[in-house]
Amino acid sequence: MTDKAITSPAIPTAQPTAGLGAWLRAPVPTSPFHARMQQFWLQWRRLRANGSALFGLCVIVFLLIAATFAPLLATHDIFEQNLATRLLAPSTEHWLGTDELGRDVYSRLLFGARITLYIALLTTVIVAPIGLIVGTTAGYLGGWVDTVLMRIVDVFLAFPNLILALAFVAALGPGIENAIIAISLASWPPIARLARAETLTIRKSDYIAAVRLQGASSLRIIFGHIMPMCIPSVVVRVTLNMAAIILTAAGLGFLGLGAQPPSPEWGTMLSSGREFVMTSWWIAAIPGTAILITSLAFNLLGDGLRDVLDPRHG
Amino acid sequence: MDKPLVKPLIDVKDLTIRFETPQRTFDAARGVSFTIGREKVGIVGESGSGKSQTGRALLKLTPKVATISAGHMRFKDTDLLAASERDMRKIRGNHISMILQDPKYSLNPLMRIGQQIVEAYRLHHRSPKAEAREKALAMLESVQIRDPERVFTLFPHEVSGGMGQRIMIAMMLIPEPDLIIADEPTSALDVTVRRQVLTILDELVTRRGTGLMFISHDLNLVAGFCDRVLVMYAGRIMEDLPAKELPKAQHPYTQALLQSLPRLDAETEELKVPVRDPSWLDGPVYRNGVLA
Amino acid sequence: MKSPMKPTRPLIEAIGLSISFGPLHARNRVVDDVSFRINKGEAYGLIGESGCGKSTILRVLSGLNGDYEGALTLNDRELPKKRDKDFFRRAQMVFQDPYGSLHPRKIVEKVLSEPLKIHGFDRHSERIAETLDAVGLGASFRYRYPHELSGGQRQRVAIARALIIEPEILLLDEPTSALDVSVQAEILNLLKRLRVERNLTYLMVSHDLAVIAHICERAGMMFKGRIIEELTSQQIRKSEAREDYTREFLQASVEAVERGPEVAA
Repeated sequence: MTDKAITSPAIPTAQPTAGLGAWLRAPVPTSPFHARMQQFWLQWRRLRANGSALFGLCVIVFLLIAATFAPLLATHDIFEQNLATRLLAPSTEHWLGTDELGRDVYSRLLFGARITLYIALLTTVIVAPIGLIVGTTAGYLGGWVDTVLMRIVDVFLAFPNLILALAFVAALGPGIENAIIAISLASWPPIARLARAETLTIRKSDYIAAVRLQGASSLRIIFGHIMPMCIPSVVVRVTLNMAAIILTAAGLGFLGLGAQPPSPEWGTMLSSGREFVMTSWWIAAIPGTAILITSLAFNLLGDGLRDVLDPRHG
Repeated sequence: MDKPLVKPLIDVKDLTIRFETPQRTFDAARGVSFTIGREKVGIVGESGSGKSQTGRALLKLTPKVATISAGHMRFKDTDLLAASERDMRKIRGNHISMILQDPKYSLNPLMRIGQQIVEAYRLHHRSPKAEAREKALAMLESVQIRDPERVFTLFPHEVSGGMGQRIMIAMMLIPEPDLIIADEPTSALDVTVRRQVLTILDELVTRRGTGLMFISHDLNLVAGFCDRVLVMYAGRIMEDLPAKELPKAQHPYTQALLQSLPRLDAETEELKVPVRDPSWLDGPVYRNGVLA
Repeated sequence: MKSPMKPTRPLIEAIGLSISFGPLHARNRVVDDVSFRINKGEAYGLIGESGCGKSTILRVLSGLNGDYEGALTLNDRELPKKRDKDFFRRAQMVFQDPYGSLHPRKIVEKVLSEPLKIHGFDRHSERIAETLDAVGLGASFRYRYPHELSGGQRQRVAIARALIIEPEILLLDEPTSALDVSVQAEILNLLKRLRVERNLTYLMVSHDLAVIAHICERAGMMFKGRIIEELTSQQIRKSEAREDYTREFLQASVEAVERGPEVAA
């Protein structure tokens, strides 16, 4: 027998005693789940070492907490108007001041986080699968399928994102759901492009040739073998896109085509604060800063994820 | 052959190349000592044995994370350890040339071959363009390129791998270096082309009395081509012996390597797989058939 | 395997195989009218330099490329250009680059269970364990990702993947050229052993004459898209070649430099 190479040099040498750490560090995984968890753990460790990505993640987690517990954290009713307390600067009573109708900006900001995250998550859920399926199918099958799908993508790509979203919202009518649909329609094509480009390199690889030679169907190859390879870059791209999505949503809100007043959507808030920028800066600046920080956080996280999830790192 | 009394070109003692990354520290070379005269010296080893890094260390071309330390590391009378980056630049190319595995990555893809050779020449000799051109054509001819005028105007992607490698050899020989470090110069080539390239290299090196450090994983090739063989394993030179003596190698690793190759002249039912003995890591090493 | 010229019909036969690449107006014929036959249980090699068409033949035979002229038969039945599942169960391929032929995001178990699922085999878990054992990898490798394995271990996994559905034919595309010599020895020993144990038929492509002579009984020497000559491993060893090119190739494989190294000595 020739199997002398049983001990792999890749095993980490530190042998902790017991517990979860030991399980995660075990040299020989004992089940597929175990193996996957070990990989996650390694990726998490890599992400942890990346300061800016960790910052992005923290901001997003913070945002999630704020959105989830908004009713508990809010200090005032967000719809209650009180003209006696309008345009108040930040104080102990109103932490971030009040707007032109006397509503508490801090409370509205918290509820606005819900809307922003709702938009971001929903568009992702719509965009990522469509982009993935279109891109991988076009890339793997090639030929006329590729031509047709990619020309459709080209048509969408020919227009700037916001203009396209504007056109859709104009057709569908203003409102938050329509804004989400419009943004999704405008932002799946770049994902499809990306997935196709990835697929073109992946389909030439020997491991795809190997499954083909095992008699696997195209469907099986696309869904079982090509998509898992595309997902990391799509995740990264979507995360990076998130900033653009939030900005587009805010832009639509700002233009009065997204969420409608009195909804506390950040873009709408920013828009209504515009008139008072010279006298009461906080009404516009605070939602503006929130948009900025959230976009930045998603961007930083996306950048970090790119390093962690890149297949070249194994 | 008598032991040459002339000073060797390269004299290295206790060379250690340490790679330090936040995750781990490891030594690519551990206490490597050797000399190279005006001869063909082959360095053989498996991947990860440190052979390439040793070659690069001579030119101080190891990656940034690596630190080189040695008892001494001399090129003729120059102390390479003490040499500044500026001194090294003068040595690289002028006195020591390097040929890499794939000419595709060593030639500028956007520049005609002739122009590149001319430029290489003028970098080292202040001479008019016409003379440089003349010299470059002669150089191409010396590496047996039949139609140098035509090749002169080609771009690197228009020539085959074998011709590319010959062009690289021509370029590297222009400054008339004292030593050539060739890192797997023929592993990307077919056997017949390989023989052609090696024949040319052998002829030029022998005629000019240039030293050659030939880094390869192919023990058979090195045995047939070089005068002396250094066998590396895990960052150490396990054995240093004349190529002719290879069948009489003392170190079990060298023997195992030789036996693990399928042979053409004899049929073997099962190949010997080297069983790596951990004691080799710090065990005895052999020089010219005796313990060193 | 004393008599390769048994009167039996060959298991695989290529008749007038021609393969071209490129657009219609500028077809580049890579393989030109190649014929060969391989008997059951035999190991046949294709040798030649890069670009001679040897790997192209393998890819066509395996079913990766259906664009060819001429005929390929298996058990005297012509293979359809678009191969069916039954063919894939009977013939499997091992690729050259062990780093590229395993899906980077799938653990070994997943890699091995995929073909079992496709071909509807039962007893997945047992079969995986048996096959890992047969290629000299223990159970500890079962839940590993490819990047945790060395080149030799990956190539063993690739061989296991090919063997798990119990094919009769193994197509080997330079299976050891990306490996170190000691690992090459391991893999060659493994291939030799498996062939006897499982009564496999090999078609092996390599540029390394010694490897071909070690594994194969017969080999076709390829040059510019044609098989110019067929040699037995004994003829290779004794350098008994008819064609000039074959002689040159044999010569170049044996010695590094023309005229031999005595000049230097």
